[in-house]
Amino acid sequence: MFGIELALIWAVLIAVAVFLYVALDGFDLGVGILFPFAKDARERDQMQAAIAPVWDGNETWLVLGGGGLFAAFPKAYAALMPALYIPIILMLLALIFRGVAFEFRHQGRATGKRWWTIAFSGGSLVATAAQGLVLGGFVQGVALDKGAFAGGPFDWLTPFSLLVAASLVAGYALLGAAWLVYKTQGALFDRARRWVMQLSVIVAVAMAGVSLATLGIDPRVTARWGVSMTSIDWPVFLQLAPLPLVAAGLCFFLWRGAETRNHLLPYGLSVALFAVGYLGLAISLWPYIVPFAMTPGEAAAADNALALMLWGALPMLPIILAYTAYVYWLFRAKVGDDAAYH
Amino acid sequence: MDFDALLLARLQFAFTVGFHIIFPSFTIGLASYLAVLEGLWLATGREHFKNLYLFWVKIFALSFGMGVVSGVVMSYQFGTNWSVFSAQAGSVIGPLLAYEVLTAFFLEASFLGVMLFGWKRVGPGLHFFSTCMVAIGTLMSAFWILAANSWMQTPAGFTFAPDGTMVATDFWEVVFNPSQPSRFAHMVLAAYLTTAMVVAGASAYTLLKGRALTEGRTALRMAILMMAIVAPLQVLVGHESGLVAHAHQPAKIAAMEGWWEDRQSQPSILFAWPDEAAETNHFELAAPDTSSFLFDTPPTETLRGLKSFPEEDRPPVAIVFWSFRVMVGIGLIMVALGLWGAFVWATGRLDGASLYFRALVLAGPSGFIAVLAGWIAAEVGRQPYVVYGVLRTADAVSPVAAGTVAASLLFFLIVYAVVFTAGALYILRLMAAGPESDEPAPRSKQPPGTPLGAALKEA
Ligand code: HDD
Ligand code: HEM
Ligand code: HEM
Repeated sequence: MFGIELALIWAVLIAVAVFLYVALDGFDLGVGILFPFAKDARERDQMQAAIAPVWDGNETWLVLGGGGLFAAFPKAYAALMPALYIPIILMLLALIFRGVAFEFRHQGRATGKRWWTIAFSGGSLVATAAQGLVLGGFVQGVALDKGAFAGGPFDWLTPFSLLVAASLVAGYALLGAAWLVYKTQGALFDRARRWVMQLSVIVAVAMAGVSLATLGIDPRVTARWGVSMTSIDWPVFLQLAPLPLVAAGLCFFLWRGAETRNHLLPYGLSVALFAVGYLGLAISLWPYIVPFAMTPGEAAAADNALALMLWGALPMLPIILAYTAYVYWLFRAKVGDDAAYH
Repeated sequence: MDFDALLLARLQFAFTVGFHIIFPSFTIGLASYLAVLEGLWLATGREHFKNLYLFWVKIFALSFGMGVVSGVVMSYQFGTNWSVFSAQAGSVIGPLLAYEVLTAFFLEASFLGVMLFGWKRVGPGLHFFSTCMVAIGTLMSAFWILAANSWMQTPAGFTFAPDGTMVATDFWEVVFNPSQPSRFAHMVLAAYLTTAMVVAGASAYTLLKGRALTEGRTALRMAILMMAIVAPLQVLVGHESGLVAHAHQPAKIAAMEGWWEDRQSQPSILFAWPDEAAETNHFELAAPDTSSFLFDTPPTETLRGLKSFPEEDRPPVAIVFWSFRVMVGIGLIMVALGLWGAFVWATGRLDGASLYFRALVLAGPSGFIAVLAGWIAAEVGRQPYVVYGVLRTADAVSPVAAGTVAASLLFFLIVYAVVFTAGALYILRLMAAGPESDEPAPRSKQPPGTPLGAALKEA
């Protein structure tokens, strides 16, 4: 009955879940990436305390993204997962290290603690890079034959996916630094403000690089933006030009606005920056769920499955968002020097 | 698909899910136990309940963390290793997994933060509420994932779409498929028993060492109560699982029981060495003609043996046969330990029963072994199918090169070995130290008459 509409609703819901994942677990992973730059073990304890109560909830959005893709678009899931096998496994292994390190760092004695500190930051870094490789491999498209993956194990490994991976590391580090501005005080707070300023410049360059490279991925993307290496189709490009302009503005604010008195603002601006990038990507890839091969309608599960899940998601998502917001509100205070545990 | 990639994918899936289940089978029970402890503390105000809570919550945090990270791996393995299965069955079991995320995972994960870090930020009532939410979340999670697994064991309520994929005709039947109720009950009881064995073993250990006596005595009694009630119940529910499998997966039961011939009355085999090539058992030790009693079948009904199934439809016999016996054997040991404990408790000799305490320490990990053995019996017994009678395992595997799967399997082995060793070490270290106690340690050098000793007594 609703056929295509249901598939579209689910495509949007999953896109939202993935975005929430990036915005939320992005700052956790970013904090891990910034671990090596902390001054001492006490500062690292504070950094970890700034994310410890919420990281598990944040990671659950990844489970919803992956599980949702399986449930709503089994054919897309079945096409993408084997194609991105290696980076996905890499991400999962890295997430194991950073996940257990939350508890293990506090249980370990001297050497144990040092080792789990490395596992935490290394895990965060590798998980982020692997997510970048997944994203890059996804955007550049996968080789399919009758809907099944038909390429080689390293198809995802291209200069493009490496560029995306490096950029995502910078982006998550920015989210992490901005979160630390919100959650910390004293010397760490000052350091975090400096990190935000420095990272905003790096991220601006990275976003520009990834955007230009994406234009070269497929003629359809080039046509959509009206921009190619040699010419610009102004009427088309002008319609979309606000996006890069807004992104540039956000980077500028982050660079200057680290001085601000509202400590949540840098994080808000960073999330907005990610939203702009995400929107740009969605415009490039529309209407594909497996780029240039499968649309949501083609990949969708049976209507009755989509409808049943919608009946569950409609009441549950607001409830989940409500108690998630409550937990964030509960832990809104800045972490103190003592970084109390349990 | 070439054979190697299939075998490796199976090994990888079996290894990662076997690793994962170790943690749920402990955290499901422990979450409920923590809720009970906190409730008792709030209701009675007695400090040793709080001490126990604070002790076990640390162990819970460690186990839960490992459960989460290994679970996230599982949710992606359907696609990485079983993509054909995902595409074929996604419309039927996908919604069950989606409901699991929506109703269980977020609940657990969000309230876990409050449970572990919220002591100073919320009142006792709200903290208790958070503990309860985590406990309910673990149970709901078990409900949905077992519905999915049970549907794969005893598929119902579905048909085939024109493109050959499966679609549900009735989701009620999909969720409450024939083996779902007994499997859910059996697994939840298994989790409660596993936790009871660990709590009993750890408490017995600290009691033997003379530490945290009030806490240890209380925890031990709670665990014995659990064992004495739940272990016999588990035998009954397990029996019911067997009846369901008998009705829907006769080849599995034939493998579990070690039956080769079709007979109206089969033996109950205690010990044997099944030989698949010769299609017979060696060294059989059996009670003849007991099957119609065990399976409630009329004496005229024929019970099928493995020979009546084509060879390509039989599960690997020896694994199923032996893992089933390990599980049942441990179940009977648990019943015995529960009765023994109830007996020494009732006769007032529990506090010095050091032989019993030693037995409990030894049996501490038995629940994990039984759970793994049970799953192996159930899952290997379903072979050669992933969706029983509908989709063969060999047809469900992803088009991924054998080398890739081998490499990832190797990395999983290494990473899990490191993480598991460290986690087990930290948990055992905490257990050996035991709960913080309010009473002075019995071997403390403070004579009871000193002001400090008195102050400690009053605290
Ligand atoms: C009987 C119960 C049971 C069984 C058979 C499984 N799980 Fe599990 N799982 C749980 C019971 C559980 C739990 C109690 O909810 C966990 C375990 C410990 C924990 O931390 O939560 C969990 C965690 C957990 C998580 C992380 C949730 C989070 O982020 O909080 C995921 C994604 C999965 N599981 C997925 C799976 C998959 C795909 C399985 C099947 C192959 C599976 N689980 C078998
Ligand atoms: C958590 C406890 C579980 C354990 C210990 C377990 C164990 C196993 C084992 C040992 C195998 C390999 C059998 C063989 O290849 O001979 C297997 C296969 C499989 N199981 Fe489970 N299983 C569990 C739960 C589940 C659940 C909940 C699901 C689905 C919802 C599931 C889905 C599968 C699939 C898809 C296979 C692949 C077929 C295969 O490898 O042969 N399992 N499992
Ligand atoms: C002693 C009596 C027991 C009997 C007769 C029994 C029977 C069974 C049977 C027949 C199955 C297979 C069900 C199927 O494949 O459909 C099974 C599975 C299983 N058993 Fe047991 N069991 C017993 C004790 C235990 C104990 C003590 C534990 C753990 C503490 C346990 C844990 C499991 C698990 C985790 C499974 C796999 C999940 C499932 O299929 O339910 N069992 N049991």
